[in-house]
Amino acid sequence: MRDAVLRNGLKPIPAAVDSIVEVRGISKTYGDVEALRGIDLDFPRGKLTSLLGPSGCGKTTLLKIIAGLISADAGTITVDGKQVSAPGPERAFVFQDFALMPWATVMRNVAFGLELRGIGKAEREDKARHYIAEVGLAGFENKYPHELSGGMRQRVGLARALSVDADVLLLDEPFSAVDEQNRRKFQEDLIRLRTTQNKTFIFVTHSIEEAVYISDRIVLLSPRPGRVSRIIEPEVDRSGDPERIHRDKHYLDTVDEIWQGLKQYVD
Amino acid sequence: MTTGIRTESEAAGLAPLARRGEATGWQDKPVLLRLLSIALFAGAWEIAGRIPVSFAFPTFSDTMIAFFGLIADGSMPSAYLSTLQPLVLGVVLSTFLGVGLGTLCGLWRTGEWLLIPVFIVLQAAPVAAFIPMVTFIYGIGMTAKTLAVMILALPVIVLNTYKAVRNVNESLLVMCRSFLGTRWQTVAKIILPDASPVIFAGLRLGVAAGFVGVVLAELLITPTGIGDLITFHRSRADYAEMYATIGSIIALSTLTLVFLQWIEVRVFRPEKRGT
Repeated sequence: MRDAVLRNGLKPIPAAVDSIVEVRGISKTYGDVEALRGIDLDFPRGKLTSLLGPSGCGKTTLLKIIAGLISADAGTITVDGKQVSAPGPERAFVFQDFALMPWATVMRNVAFGLELRGIGKAEREDKARHYIAEVGLAGFENKYPHELSGGMRQRVGLARALSVDADVLLLDEPFSAVDEQNRRKFQEDLIRLRTTQNKTFIFVTHSIEEAVYISDRIVLLSPRPGRVSRIIEPEVDRSGDPERIHRDKHYLDTVDEIWQGLKQYVD
Repeated sequence: MTTGIRTESEAAGLAPLARRGEATGWQDKPVLLRLLSIALFAGAWEIAGRIPVSFAFPTFSDTMIAFFGLIADGSMPSAYLSTLQPLVLGVVLSTFLGVGLGTLCGLWRTGEWLLIPVFIVLQAAPVAAFIPMVTFIYGIGMTAKTLAVMILALPVIVLNTYKAVRNVNESLLVMCRSFLGTRWQTVAKIILPDASPVIFAGLRLGVAAGFVGVVLAELLITPTGIGDLITFHRSRADYAEMYATIGSIIALSTLTLVFLQWIEVRVFRPEKRGT
């Protein structure tokens, strides 16, 4: 914000500077391994930004630092202008392994974030029921996680994150434990949810196709140590049939371009 | 590695319940099957008693007659009145103290260092040998019997609870933290429910050990209650009565364990309700 004011002399350019999450100088070392070095990033409000890179690039570490689940060795995270170092109500996390309570129904799992905040049963269940329907699980409210497929379980995880009304959704490889067919369907639903939910998504993935398919902006991280190597904004039209995106020329070109760039890191 | 995908392995732990769906015909009626199993056992007993295997081995029917006789003359009810007091008190105390201490040791390092070695030694030791010592200190009253129950029941309850709390699903803890759960909420809503299957396994072992403790105390030190009834009928060579008494305490112990399992599924792990 401040930089923009200075540069223009007058007022900030809204579209370019409205970033909800700002990452400044984040570094993290695990023992001898330097997971992240001096990461500076802005995440624009209302957009879906992917953190993409080969394994060992620290993308999940960065996401968990933004979530406040891991502390950084250096640097700051600012969410909505406030510096944060612990989990907060403005961020919600979707876990790679779903992290559902096996003893609780879909309803209780989805409402769990609200339950922890002390919201009354009737109110939180109303809200949870809405988001259960929103992710396409209406009718499954009283099922237990072991009765659901992997894809459905992750929908429960997504509904739980949506129901706490956070501005920022942090998704840690949410589809990596979901089979291919379900993943495709889920990706299409995510594109639809993005337009209706008006939230900022930060999405970690190792799949280039997935990143290009759903992201407004892709941050490419390079490994050892994890650093930002490129930022790409794929010009893919997602307004029509989601099936069409897979045949879109920009989509295919971007996937190929990213692959050419990442090839060198694959051993 | 622990992941959130634990449901399969958990379901496998419930083999009898998990087979739902593929069961056919008379396997659909577990009650019938259980009754049949009891009938077969009673029949084998009756035959063995009629051969007879030993002059000290009564038939099933004689034992059942003796059982109703003991109830009718009031000697069994009064024996249970005396046995159940230290048993119930000891088991209830062991349950709350054991789960409490175990949880504390699981969550708090200092508590772990102070207490866990003691309970490991207690579990390894033949604790029945302590019973005469307990009598020596506390006499032959209610306190000694209650302590005998607790000495046997407590270690396994504490150690199981401790292990369960220590091995709680890491990913659920992180989830609870990310959704702003407080420490207390984490314990009540994540750690205890996640640990409950192992805690209840410990409770079942502990309660069974409590039954051993009370019978041992009554046989070894204080000739009262059920232990006295067994000794008395043995000394008079009323073997049917003796077997009836022994059988009744086994039945009571079994029913208690079934009840515990019912509580576990009902209250803590509803997803295991095998319907």
